[in-house]
Amino acid sequence: MPQMNMVQAINDALRHEMRRDSRVVVLGEDVGKVGGVFRVTQGLFDEFGDDRVIDTPLSEGGIIGTAIGMALYGLVPVPEIQFSDFIFPAYDQIVSELAKYRYRSGGEYPAKLVIRTPTGGGIRGGHYHSQSPEAQFIHVAGLKVVCPSNPADAKGLLLASIRDPDPVLFFEPKRIYRAAKGEVPEGDHTVPIGKASVVRKGQHVTIVVWGAMLYEALDAANQAAAQGIDCEIIDLRTLWPLDIETIITSVKKTGRVVVVHEAPKSCGLGGEIVALINEKAFLHLEAPPKRVTGFDTPFPYTLEMEYLPLSHRILPAIIETARY
Amino acid sequence: MEGSAHPVARHPLDTHAPDVVRVLRDDGTLDPTNDPGLRSDEVLTLYRAMVRARLLDERLVRLQRQGRIGFHIGCKGEEASILGSAFAMRQNDWIFPCYREFAAALWRGMPLQRYVDNMFGNTNDPVKGRQMPDHYTWKSGKFGSVSSPIGTQITQAVGFAWAAKIRKEDAAVLVYFGDGATSSNEFHNGMNFAGVFKAPTVFFCRNNGWAISVPTERQTASETFAQKGVAYGVPGVRCDGNDLFAVVKVTRDAVARAARGEGPTIIEALTYRLEGHSTSDDPKAYRPEAGLDSWRRLDPIPRLRRYIERTTGWTDAQDKELETELDAELQAAIAVAEKTAPPALESMFEDVFGELPWHLQEQRDELLRGPRAKGHGH
Repeated sequence: MPQMNMVQAINDALRHEMRRDSRVVVLGEDVGKVGGVFRVTQGLFDEFGDDRVIDTPLSEGGIIGTAIGMALYGLVPVPEIQFSDFIFPAYDQIVSELAKYRYRSGGEYPAKLVIRTPTGGGIRGGHYHSQSPEAQFIHVAGLKVVCPSNPADAKGLLLASIRDPDPVLFFEPKRIYRAAKGEVPEGDHTVPIGKASVVRKGQHVTIVVWGAMLYEALDAANQAAAQGIDCEIIDLRTLWPLDIETIITSVKKTGRVVVVHEAPKSCGLGGEIVALINEKAFLHLEAPPKRVTGFDTPFPYTLEMEYLPLSHRILPAIIETARY
Repeated sequence: MEGSAHPVARHPLDTHAPDVVRVLRDDGTLDPTNDPGLRSDEVLTLYRAMVRARLLDERLVRLQRQGRIGFHIGCKGEEASILGSAFAMRQNDWIFPCYREFAAALWRGMPLQRYVDNMFGNTNDPVKGRQMPDHYTWKSGKFGSVSSPIGTQITQAVGFAWAAKIRKEDAAVLVYFGDGATSSNEFHNGMNFAGVFKAPTVFFCRNNGWAISVPTERQTASETFAQKGVAYGVPGVRCDGNDLFAVVKVTRDAVARAARGEGPTIIEALTYRLEGHSTSDDPKAYRPEAGLDSWRRLDPIPRLRRYIERTTGWTDAQDKELETELDAELQAAIAVAEKTAPPALESMFEDVFGELPWHLQEQRDELLRGPRAKGHGH
């Protein structure tokens, strides 16, 4: 299997699916000739032409609104929003239209898009190039939300997302676009939506994490192991609908859980995960579930490495939970 | 005007401005310059559809006042704009509605019974009771899905038309919106994208003078809504929206232009909302009654009536007969809809996703175990 980084793996998935299915089109700001500001769509314009790899006017609302229309026509649009921080001009189209189309039309008009968007911090991007707005989409009935942590999953989840009947927000953790490398299966390769991955088996503490923070959790788990604490790490992969079974099975085993995410703490996905654990595994808990997250502040520039839930913040939480 | 929030918007004489396409003269004759050449059977069918829309509006408002339906949003005074434009579209063309165009949905083949089912939100409602009345859908008639947010359908219509162009298929899209929607983000986005990509779109602005209580002069400082097209490279045309023939003419021209691959057109139909915004609105709070008379004289139905009276000898007795027939049809549909059961409880959870995920299964099961397990209203 070839070695790829995340950018190459996502590009490979798009190319594969565009060759397989002529209904798939890519549109967005700078996705055409230049191949995207992160070069994720590089080369697609040359292969598929400007009817299928479309540089649009600079308007996120226009991109998503027209992509919905294309989907209603029968195309399978994969629009790119250049940074997830810039998705909000399209929020109305995503929340009130895309997410509701199937339901509000009594099933007549399922509207299916995969919205790809780079997300998360750690690239010195400041407030407007660093946020993690996943919870603001999970709270919306009708959307699926995905966030891969490695190249093989990125390809497999993107292909599964494009073939899924429902609209998908596909968050790409930009901090590891090039840093995360690995073997990626050639040709057709899907990873099922809704299935988490247990990336480290352990007995003492369950860590639930996704995206770029997976590597911080792994680092913290390795340090904890030196202190005799054996962590199990669940890479959620699909943020909604989440794989509750894998989480609950693990928590019933360990009785202790730490949830890690970059987004602000209050009303973040971590809160929902903890609530579900309380509902479904309360009597198995040996310690209060803990959240290690971004703070309830705007995303800072100079202090971003203090804002992010890096391993130096995860490790104490693991120890505190294990020794409770 | 002292004490009133706004004057009556626009003067009816605007429809006599030199740039406004007008065909049907006050005496019921046609100006041959822009006559679309409708056959008399076509005109009679459209007249019948306009009278039916008017009758539905009157009866549905009454039903709402009686508390039998929750809401109605009508098109009284705008029937020529809506039916003339829907008529002008070809069979392979699509219509993306705002929320005031039930007459176009019926024109595209939505059975009256389904529309009335939608008013009651019962189990036969095309949208399964999931939306307010007048938020219907009719895909088999190439008619889109209604939502409430303003202007959102505009970019979608453009994307749909653009997709047809990408696939090299001959389909144009008619998208309806009101004068208020020209202030929305989506109007700008839609016009801009359609202009750049030459998407075969017919932007149909029903300029009915009002966005709920706000008159057109509070929406824009532009002289006309059609002229907004200039900035987007989209040709604009104004027509007398209460003149069925003028509406057909300008819409046909726009469709022909789209079909030739020349791209979008914006049509501004000058019409007037003779009633409130919806049954939830009382226009007396912001609009002096006195100003309405001049618009009532331009009511599209009597105007068309004068034409068919002159050309076919249509009589008052025939009007009565038509009304009796349409009323009977409507009363029968209401009787059926009112007796039709509400949607099943579990239908609340269907169509959120293609398949029911675990969390919705859990929530559905909880509802079905609860005290209302036998269903809504039991």
